[in-house]
Amino acid sequence: MIKKITTFTSLAAILDRANVDTDLIIPQKFLKSISRKGFGRYVFNNLRLRPDGSLDPTSSLNAPRYQGAGILVSRENFGCGSSREHASWALLDYGFRAVVAPSFGDIFKNNSFKNSLLLVELPGVTILELIQLINETPGLELTINLLDQRISGPKGFATTFDFDPYRKKMLLNGWDDISLTLKKEVLINAYERSHRYP
Amino acid sequence: MASLLDKIWDAHIVERIEGTPDLLYVDRHLVHEVTSPQAFEALRLAGRKVRRPDLTFAVIDHSIPTDDRSRPLQDEVAEAQLAALEKNQAEFGLTIFFGDTDPRQGVIHVTMPEQGIVLPGYTVVCGDSHTASHGALGALAFGIGTSEVEHVLATQTIYQAKPRQMAVEVRGVLPPSVAAKDLILHIINVVGVAGGNGHAIEYWGDGVTALSVESRLTLSNMTIECGAKIGLIAPDDITFKYLKGRPLAPDKANWTTFETYWRALFTDPGHKFDRQVSIDASEVLPRATWGTNPAQSVPLSGRVPGPGDFSDPAEQIAVEKALRYQNLQPGIRLADIPIDYVFIGSCTNGRIEDLREAASILKGRRLAKGVTALVVPGSGLVKAQAEREGLAAIFTAAGCQFREAGCSMCLGMNPDFVPSGFRCASTSNRNFEDRQGRGSRTHLLSPAAAAATAVCGRLTDPREFM
Repeated sequence: MIKKITTFTSLAAILDRANVDTDLIIPQKFLKSISRKGFGRYVFNNLRLRPDGSLDPTSSLNAPRYQGAGILVSRENFGCGSSREHASWALLDYGFRAVVAPSFGDIFKNNSFKNSLLLVELPGVTILELIQLINETPGLELTINLLDQRISGPKGFATTFDFDPYRKKMLLNGWDDISLTLKKEVLINAYERSHRYP
Repeated sequence: MASLLDKIWDAHIVERIEGTPDLLYVDRHLVHEVTSPQAFEALRLAGRKVRRPDLTFAVIDHSIPTDDRSRPLQDEVAEAQLAALEKNQAEFGLTIFFGDTDPRQGVIHVTMPEQGIVLPGYTVVCGDSHTASHGALGALAFGIGTSEVEHVLATQTIYQAKPRQMAVEVRGVLPPSVAAKDLILHIINVVGVAGGNGHAIEYWGDGVTALSVESRLTLSNMTIECGAKIGLIAPDDITFKYLKGRPLAPDKANWTTFETYWRALFTDPGHKFDRQVSIDASEVLPRATWGTNPAQSVPLSGRVPGPGDFSDPAEQIAVEKALRYQNLQPGIRLADIPIDYVFIGSCTNGRIEDLREAASILKGRRLAKGVTALVVPGSGLVKAQAEREGLAAIFTAAGCQFREAGCSMCLGMNPDFVPSGFRCASTSNRNFEDRQGRGSRTHLLSPAAAAATAVCGRLTDPREFM
């Protein structure tokens, strides 16, 4: 469900690889749950956990400096592949509220919007700059302001980002789109009556 | 001058407001057990109904075992998932449901076209990225997430921003030894793994119209692997012939009305696409992937590339990473890569023509020593036909396991997975890290190439057997 987002500040973590697919975000063996909750413990399971289920201390995502991070910075085409919304649920349940990357998979983009996981697109060069800044600055926090479409951090880091105006309005208001569409029942009824398709 | 996509899109607009996505009507909502339970549960909690249970079609495919299916399933979580869809189907009154004992049960993208449920000009959605498959019939079809599934269940509509449009033209006809799978691997390699993001792709040209509907389904199926969630092929006589007589396709009395409409579904000459890609069919060879995304493929007669073969530094890092995961050295011949497992099946290549191609090579031959091969038909009806045609007997005589229908080893949600460190030649659609099981290594290829590989125990160009 779409929940209201305005501004938030959080610790930033890096996942420095391109084409992070949704299989990597949440592997197949955890898709059998019929609930929306509880996927956070399995997020990036095969990067974070050993086959026996114990935490892998060599995984960058398990680094103490990233614990409690609410913003994930990654590379091109994040969330490509499978349509599993479990990927957005898992990221949110783990504690991420935003992912910042140069581009995202189309279906993942829709799924994240529907769950108020904020996706911020920045040019590849800005991402490189940001990755360097985070590496140099343990405990670095970023502030994302959706209203102003602005992301900022320490050492003068600040930039604006593009954001779809319709989605922005929905997120700033936390509107439930199903309720809104159900109010358009008259239109849907009319379409069904006049559907020109044979 | 409208495109095929424009025509179908515009015919389905329930509401268009400047600056917001269009509200589109959905003609066919396909549902499976993995991405639907949370959507039905949310409806239940909100006291909502399924608006059109007669336009919502359900099947069990991802979690179901392909060997012992006795209920309750040994895997309790999978059992709960099956039970949830059964309960939801009954409670919300879905008219069509292919459950575990129904002979029509199978992979959703195989069984729905097979039944004539998907027709040209329809809008089709499903909580599954390989919904792109159905564009092969001239339907506007795309994968959605569970929240969108919930929206469609409640309203029979979906908000969608119109994508940019790309045309992929295939000039000339593919040589007989080259399959639709080789063509789509070639196209993804050209377009790039993210090259289709934000786009719908229409496939056209002699190389496309010469294909059977089953081959077109293979082609359109993997559109998502270059980032585009919609693939489209204009319907033609081959499409109409495929549809005629299917159980839920229009009957004789209505056929002409439908066909007249379908014949208007094509891109007007002179329509300008946002991007055009041209493929020379004579340059397409039998291929396989070497890396960990579907764009990383080369001809089976070729060699594994190295980071030095790429100019982009980010690409070089990706190649290095992929080779490390795949445990491959740059420069080795694909033909020297030994294989432990072979998987023939999936929504990409689990149809009868795929099984025929594989059987034509396996006939009278045996699996190489140490190779485990699974042949998993895309549907119960494909399985029955393969048995009638004697293909099943060929597979078992060769030493393959011939299974019940399901998604199976494509993603290893059921008990069929590739163990860590083992290498699989697979006719499925994704070679991501851990896709077929944690630590598994995947090489995507055509059914004929998979069969040739099974016989030789190493990646093999099927032309060696033709």
